[in-house]
Amino acid sequence: MNAAASWMRANLFSSWPSTLATLAIAWLAWKLVPPFVDWAFIEAIWRSPNSNACREAQGACWAFIGEKHRFMLFGTYPFEQHWRPALATIMLMLLWFFSSLRIFWKWWLWAVWVVGLFAIATLMWGGVFGLAYVENGRWGGLILTLILASFGMAFAFPLAIALALGRRSRLPVVQAACVVYIELIRGVPLISVLFMASVLLPLFLPEGLTIDKLLRAQLALILFAAAYLAEVVRGGLQAIPQHQYESAEALGLSYWKRTLHVILPQALRVSIPPLVNTFIGLFKDTSLVLIIGLFDLLSTIKVSLQDPAWAGFGIEAYVFASAVYFAFCYAMSRYSQGLEQGAPARVLRAT
Amino acid sequence: MKRSWIAQAALLAAAGLGLWFLVSNTAHNLETRKIASGFGFLWREAGFEIGETGAIAYGAADSYLRALGVGLWNTFRVAAIGVALATVLGTLVGLARLSPNWLLKQLASAYVEVIRNVPLLVQLFFWYAMIAENLPDPAEALQPLAGVYLSNRGIAFPTPWSTPELNGFNFTGGAALSPEFAALLVGLVMYTAAFIGEIVRAGVLSVGRGQVDAAYSMGLTRGRALRFVVLPQALRLIVPPLTSQYLNLAKNSSLAVAIGYPDLVSIANTSMNQTGQALEGVAIIMAVFLTISLSISAFMNWYNRRVALKGVRR
Repeated sequence: MNAAASWMRANLFSSWPSTLATLAIAWLAWKLVPPFVDWAFIEAIWRSPNSNACREAQGACWAFIGEKHRFMLFGTYPFEQHWRPALATIMLMLLWFFSSLRIFWKWWLWAVWVVGLFAIATLMWGGVFGLAYVENGRWGGLILTLILASFGMAFAFPLAIALALGRRSRLPVVQAACVVYIELIRGVPLISVLFMASVLLPLFLPEGLTIDKLLRAQLALILFAAAYLAEVVRGGLQAIPQHQYESAEALGLSYWKRTLHVILPQALRVSIPPLVNTFIGLFKDTSLVLIIGLFDLLSTIKVSLQDPAWAGFGIEAYVFASAVYFAFCYAMSRYSQGLEQGAPARVLRAT
Repeated sequence: MKRSWIAQAALLAAAGLGLWFLVSNTAHNLETRKIASGFGFLWREAGFEIGETGAIAYGAADSYLRALGVGLWNTFRVAAIGVALATVLGTLVGLARLSPNWLLKQLASAYVEVIRNVPLLVQLFFWYAMIAENLPDPAEALQPLAGVYLSNRGIAFPTPWSTPELNGFNFTGGAALSPEFAALLVGLVMYTAAFIGEIVRAGVLSVGRGQVDAAYSMGLTRGRALRFVVLPQALRLIVPPLTSQYLNLAKNSSLAVAIGYPDLVSIANTSMNQTGQALEGVAIIMAVFLTISLSISAFMNWYNRRVALKGVRR
């Protein structure tokens, strides 16, 4: 009891301003928490085949999520084939999970990713092994969000390394080209790049050659993410002490050997935490494809609200959307924080 | 060295060829679709109404140029107010995370974690649904402070000149924020403040413990130590990342198009759909945002030099 009292004195009532803050927060909690608990749990409708019960109740209508969850998660993918996007979702999440573990940071991880992404694409499209063909216009929901983020990262990463090396190149033309690209993309909003991909790309291509909407959006996300990733990689390159560059040169290694065997392995290692943070940004940014008419997770949730029978449950729908995005992003950000705390010792040893 | 020049010449040639390929395709496509390229359409009649026109008089009979001007004004309006409010809220959040008060610290941490890990677009939809679907009609408007009315028509608040009064189905007098503007502003401010809070926290933490102890031992109170010793030093570390948060806020204001606030992107989008002048529309959006980005970074570079230590090369 004494320990609790002294803890409270030190952490809640240490001074007049602190005491005031404690009392203000306690008052707010007393005013806000009971009504919220009432709304979210006690008065909420958890299960109901139609919205009548929800319209009469005072609480949240979680039944709406239950009723629409198949559409929210899988979009307009053929109903009896839903196991395919479900399996693809699990496969992608496993790929990310194992890639996050240090013991799998081996050269063959690249091969695993290539095979994995190929398998997921095959599973989603079908048309082989007795799987019915599903055009990608019908893909939607959570798997589309995960695909846009994963393929976006997978393709943006090599491009970003090239851009970062180019920006630090001694060749003025290469350097200028990379600087202009990176600054141009970083200076405009993602939505304008998405507009460019969805409306302008068809104009840029020769007559007869068309790329469908999903691939265009994916291309825009790759080009956009690459500019931001390039700056992260550049930060990593700058963190490598000058003597590493000089000693590699003194050994008579060529530019490519120096870069591939000495500089990049160290630079990428120190950039992993900011790379994860950039990936979280890309994951959140995929929600913008809604504006150009793709059915990602946020979009399927929003479309569910357009059913007149269930209209008006926007708060429930967006709380659910927030919860799903939060689960993914929070896990990634905890992981990145863990790496940041563990990283410095290893870097010191490496240099 | 010679080989590198050949490589660069080849790169230039490839870029030139690529550009020529795109331009010739575009020219051909525009011709077959009978779209006259160029900015001539800006002087034609827009023919659509805009919900909020701000300081610019506008009607459907006005030109596209004027419509885009209204959009630009709306973008500036939300970005300027947003930057100011996000700075205040962000600083408070950052300082709250460093507070000796445990409750305050936990509250601020939870705020930062939740806001940063949910896409801004979801948050905007949430706030818009909150205002448009869940607030009462103007007749039963909530009144959190005397004279301030929250309803599904937006927020009405008093100015020194007049106070809002219920008149029929909506408020007249005072000043009002539309539901779209209010949702966008709340969303942008809360989202950006979470990031600014982390920047402020890192900046304050970067000031050595010795500086703080020295300030206390000179008899300065916590508030005065913060104001005169810690913040001036922390600012040097805070300003550069703060700049990019301001830029992000300005760029993120383009999400207005998703909730129907008539900002520049939203009006350019409507114009593109009506005229088919997609190339020009996207070019206008990009040019405007590049200008905003470059001006904010130029201003912040100037400010950064001003707060920098004299005689220290940065």
